[in-house]
Amino acid sequence: MLETSDILETINMIRDENLDIRTITMGISLLDCVSDSEDVLCRKIYDKITKKAENLVKTGCDIEKEYGIPIVNKRVSVTPVSLVGGNLSKEGFIRVAETLDKAAKATGINFIGGFSALVHKGITPAEARLISAIPEALKRTDYVCSSVNVATTKAGINMDAIALMGKTIKETAYLTRDNNSIGCAKLVVFANAPEDNPFMAGAFHGVGEPDCVINVGVSGPGVVSSAIARAGDCNLSELAEIIKKTAFKITRMGQLVASLAADRLGAPFGIVDLSLAPTPAIGDSVARILENMGLEICGGHGTTAALAMLNDAVKKGGVMASSHVGGLSGAFIPVSEDEGMIAAVEKGSLTLEKLEAMTAVCSVGLDMIAVPGDTSEEVICGIIADEISIGVANTKTTAVRVIPAYGKTVGDKVDFGGLLGYAPIMSLNTSSPAKFIHRGGRIPAPIHSLKN
Amino acid sequence: MKAVISVTGKDTVGIIAKVSAICAESGANIVDISQSVLKEYFAMIMLTEIDELKIPFTEFVDKLANLGKENALDIHTMHEEIFSAMHKI
Repeated sequence: MLETSDILETINMIRDENLDIRTITMGISLLDCVSDSEDVLCRKIYDKITKKAENLVKTGCDIEKEYGIPIVNKRVSVTPVSLVGGNLSKEGFIRVAETLDKAAKATGINFIGGFSALVHKGITPAEARLISAIPEALKRTDYVCSSVNVATTKAGINMDAIALMGKTIKETAYLTRDNNSIGCAKLVVFANAPEDNPFMAGAFHGVGEPDCVINVGVSGPGVVSSAIARAGDCNLSELAEIIKKTAFKITRMGQLVASLAADRLGAPFGIVDLSLAPTPAIGDSVARILENMGLEICGGHGTTAALAMLNDAVKKGGVMASSHVGGLSGAFIPVSEDEGMIAAVEKGSLTLEKLEAMTAVCSVGLDMIAVPGDTSEEVICGIIADEISIGVANTKTTAVRVIPAYGKTVGDKVDFGGLLGYAPIMSLNTSSPAKFIHRGGRIPAPIHSLKN
Repeated sequence: MKAVISVTGKDTVGIIAKVSAICAESGANIVDISQSVLKEYFAMIMLTEIDELKIPFTEFVDKLANLGKENALDIHTMHEEIFSAMHKI
């Protein structure tokens, strides 16, 4: 028999501590849509997505109601479009992006990811055309997300690709200037991109995946934060235990929802992504967890240590609760999407440099960071190269989602609305890495012995 | 299959009767009730069998939620599985 206290604990987590399933993401392979005709390709893509994801939103809503668990997003990720559109022109790729957008709107999902290219070792002509189509594609669509993998630990870092992405990000910011350069919020540059990530904007359906798969991303910064607050003055060993237990419970809920959704949608269950994903809502912040652990303000000295412990404890607790774990799995620190991070930046406590250090011990990377619109292409490339090296050297996924908000400067704010939140423009070091970036070529893969 | 109905709010006369009435007319069999009143605060957990439910489960959830709204109570109806998943290994 269930304990009354357990039942009340669960209800309290959902009602007062913002516990939710952040996303059910259906991965759909587009490899069987390939055609030498642009018309046929677009028709096949549209038909396949709308058929496979026909009941995705309804199933999500049904589970939400029956189990009383909010499921915030229902999304689709597809095979990197560069792989299915080998013969497309730049305009052809834009048309595929518009097709994806149309399919997303027809199925009622929130985002569709996979307007992507994997160029960590080199760029094919098709991939170059896809990357050149990204700014216009993000301008013309509402729900399409794009990502480009520019490095892996095994291949090293493709600096030519990074140079291209600096230019692409600037151009995207300009083309979506009427809307706070929002296009950049849907564009991620990756190192070691995972093939089964359910979170946007970086989700795509890898080639090693089955035809259709269900991946689930859980959340719950509010639950962890409250559990830490309730723990009072315990030591860090005890605190780690509390975080582990809480993460276990959150993940079990994710595992249940994932298997239910997979069952009802007739697709295999892929993975649960054990991430602490914040939202701009009060009480749903990763920064506030760190502050509850004992920091005065997030960003001060001690932040990296607290985050490292949090991230590790979340994984340890979550891993036993799920049969398959994957995706990004770790604490997210997107600035504009986290109320506590925004506050810390506004108080001057959290800087870009500290964020970069934090990304060495947690999930993802420099995420949803707004910088002055006049930041040079090369400085953006420098930010990307730094962050990507952290991922490559540490054999982990890192990513950059930076928004050089057109016409905005330090002191201004940009508001993207909804889960994307709002961000103060952060100052950065503007000294130029131009010569380094324009050397081009590849940074060789790092050695993984003689560790120091 | 079982569902857990939790009712919290200010104590008034007839809360259990009203919830039970909806269970009865919807075909949900009550198998266990635990209830307590702390000061003026009422908290009840009801375990029901829902295999013989005459209406779709989501409609049953709505009916109880509406009853809650009309009586200033917080009523949540959820499948039992979610609690077992979270609290039992």
